[in-house]
Amino acid sequence: MLTRETLNGRLAIWAGRFDHVRTATRAFRRRIAVFFAIVGPGLIVSNVDNDAGGIYTYAQSGAQFGNTVLWSLLPMTIALYVSLEMCSRLGAYTGKGLSDLIREEFGFRVTFFLMAAVLLVNLGNVMAEFTGVFWATDVFGISKYISVPLSALLVWFLVVHGSAKWVERIFLTICLVYFSYVISAVLAKPDWLIALLHLLPPHLVRYIPTIKPFVQVPQFNADYAIILAGLVGTTIAPWQHFYLQAAVVEKRVGPRQYSHTRNDVLVGSISCMVIVFFIIVCTAATLYVHGIHYVDNAGTAALALQPLAGRWAGGLFAIGLLNASIFAASILPLSTAYVICEALGFESGIDRKLGEAKIFYGLYTALIVLGAGLVLVLGSHAKTILLWSQVLNGFLLPVVLIFLLILVNRRDLMGNKVNSRGFNWVAWISTVAMILLTLVVVYSSFHEMHQ
Amino acid sequence: MELYATELFGVKTYDSQGNYVGRVREFFIEPAEAPNRISHFLLSRGHFQPLVAKHNQIASVSDRKIQLNVGEKSLEIYEPNESWLAVRKDLLDQQIIDTRGRKVVRVNDLDLAEQRSNGNVELRLTQVDVGLPGAVRRLLQGVVPSGVVRRLQNQLPPSTIRWEFVNLIEPDPLRRVKLRITHEKLEDLHPADLADIMEDLSATERQSIIASLDEETAAAVLGELDARLTTQIVEDLDPEKAADILEEMAPDAAADVLADLPKETSEELLEEMPGREANEVRELLHFDPATAGGMMNTDFVFVSESATRDEVIEWLSKQDQNFDQLDTVVLLDDKAEYSGAVPVVRMLLAAPDERLGALKMDPHVSLPPEAHEKEVFQLFDKYNLRMLTVVDKENRPIGAITVDDVVSHLLK
Repeated sequence: MLTRETLNGRLAIWAGRFDHVRTATRAFRRRIAVFFAIVGPGLIVSNVDNDAGGIYTYAQSGAQFGNTVLWSLLPMTIALYVSLEMCSRLGAYTGKGLSDLIREEFGFRVTFFLMAAVLLVNLGNVMAEFTGVFWATDVFGISKYISVPLSALLVWFLVVHGSAKWVERIFLTICLVYFSYVISAVLAKPDWLIALLHLLPPHLVRYIPTIKPFVQVPQFNADYAIILAGLVGTTIAPWQHFYLQAAVVEKRVGPRQYSHTRNDVLVGSISCMVIVFFIIVCTAATLYVHGIHYVDNAGTAALALQPLAGRWAGGLFAIGLLNASIFAASILPLSTAYVICEALGFESGIDRKLGEAKIFYGLYTALIVLGAGLVLVLGSHAKTILLWSQVLNGFLLPVVLIFLLILVNRRDLMGNKVNSRGFNWVAWISTVAMILLTLVVVYSSFHEMHQ
Repeated sequence: MELYATELFGVKTYDSQGNYVGRVREFFIEPAEAPNRISHFLLSRGHFQPLVAKHNQIASVSDRKIQLNVGEKSLEIYEPNESWLAVRKDLLDQQIIDTRGRKVVRVNDLDLAEQRSNGNVELRLTQVDVGLPGAVRRLLQGVVPSGVVRRLQNQLPPSTIRWEFVNLIEPDPLRRVKLRITHEKLEDLHPADLADIMEDLSATERQSIIASLDEETAAAVLGELDARLTTQIVEDLDPEKAADILEEMAPDAAADVLADLPKETSEELLEEMPGREANEVRELLHFDPATAGGMMNTDFVFVSESATRDEVIEWLSKQDQNFDQLDTVVLLDDKAEYSGAVPVVRMLLAAPDERLGALKMDPHVSLPPEAHEKEVFQLFDKYNLRMLTVVDKENRPIGAITVDDVVSHLLK
């Protein structure tokens, strides 16, 4: 008979053997656990990047200029990595968010105006996301007066009542829809060698005789500059920096865990650009070669998926776009409200009750309601909304980068972890390049308006 | 009249002859002299060297003009001083701990009160503004006439903290001593509240608070913090101090902390700890955290089952230990084997000469240290336990799992 004692004895023997294995792997399991607890923010900020505005800009640039915009991806990857790395380092070594640091080092007034700008710019971004919802559901013939308010409600409830973790996972999983661009690009049979050659600046490689016949040299005019600025604006957005640094602080990444976070940011930046590369190659091989140079709605953008999905291309594209838009629409208002409240000293965080953090929830709700509402009112100007949200990003970005560069070079904050000279050069050059591109875009969009 | 720090920055200062001396750029408090008195005013004018006016050189203060009671010549030239607390640099926009509200807040402005003493006016820091009125003042001061600002701020709900309830956070230990910053007020908070506050601060600030708390409080706070933070803090502490704190912690909590540290660090800390405590923790470290052995505490009360209720209570009262958390006593038979457990309430209600063996709780359960945590949860759930004894192969009690251990493992 199996008595309690013998049973216990047997359990002890088995557990003992198992224990041995567990102790042996303990250190390893701990390292894995730390890795997974910390990894994520970098991947998320880079993936949310491929949102409604992003997809539109990538598809448009591939359709309009074919492979000739591809060379900009390498410098953009570097700029993205450099700026995000500075943020995560600043967060890991000071333990403070970007907006907190700006407040502590530059005072109330500067912070207030910066936060007002962040609010305005991010409202533009939220509008762009709801425009994405509108475009995506339009493919299925659903009226925007149903889809946009419904998705606004969904976003509001997800964040206030949902658990952030599984929501995040669902979104990240559906992000895999973007791989359909990779497959579609392969099926469209572009000339890969030529596409890869275009990763090098065509203005330079055309002087190499053996390569020259394969390379198309773009004409540098206003349209081309707008597309370049659009690419930069949608890939490197100001809100990402606030979000990433807050997440690094929230996940309690310290100097010791920092190498994980840096890898996370690096992998995020590269994977984001790989997807962009395939989207552009795909649209270049489908839309551009067939003479479709302007992406006016989701239907046109979806044509690029035809080699993969045939007549289902529209549906596939719409699902991807819808997911991207709702994902970004649920992260943006939340991070905006959080950043503003932290900087100005209001109670914040979704673990607070509604009555305790009125301004936080007020801002959050206002961003969603206004963002969705304005899209309903201005629905016919969807393209203008998308463009202007990128331009506003472009205005704010250099400002944020300058604050970031000043802070990350402060020895009293960072000790010997300030930027190296080479790193500073790269960062300042990217900042100046972004300012120049923004000026070009502003100039040309006013020019366009007055014509 | 009430004054605000924001209003006084940039105010013109005149000496006793009516000559313009400069504008106010900064105020200092010298905590070693008086904890809330503005002791020095920093005055600057163009490219001249900045001057300092002492509190007894001020004749009158308003938001338009500051009048000195001495000539410009008797003012000293400004020299930076570490033991002065700078209002603009060290206080405005920085985080402080509101010890009464038990949270971390950011300073928007400072409220000052005038106090007249023989022939001069002293400014006293009364409260710290962390709400909308202060924010509006910071934003509009100098842009909109101050009368308008004052009228506007009166419409807004005030949110202030009295200066006595403010605890400053200064990461540099030397400066902390010079500024007379102590964390006595923090030691009065409940460790769980203090842990919440610490989670809102940055790593260096956390480190500075832990380092300045007494070991007992520090141990209690570490027990309440989340595991990753605890590991980070202990890793960065000076090993001697870390060992002192770990010694104060319950052995199971200390083992949890050490288990998460790199092998060399945890060995080093164990070396620093006194032999008995170190051995207890070492034993616990052998167990996987997900087993009964990993959850149990080696500090538990055990008595012979033949002892009477009064003997036990008398023995307990003589122990130099805190029994706040005690609710069950473990019984041993004459072979020193585990024979049962008695809830404290039963002892309370029993006759003085009742033997503990007769008060034993049903059912008679125990677990070996290798048992998986799931078994522990099931037993606690099934029998509504508040404590479970862990026994070795010879049926000798080696530790006890209490209900709070179960709750914290369930929440992980």
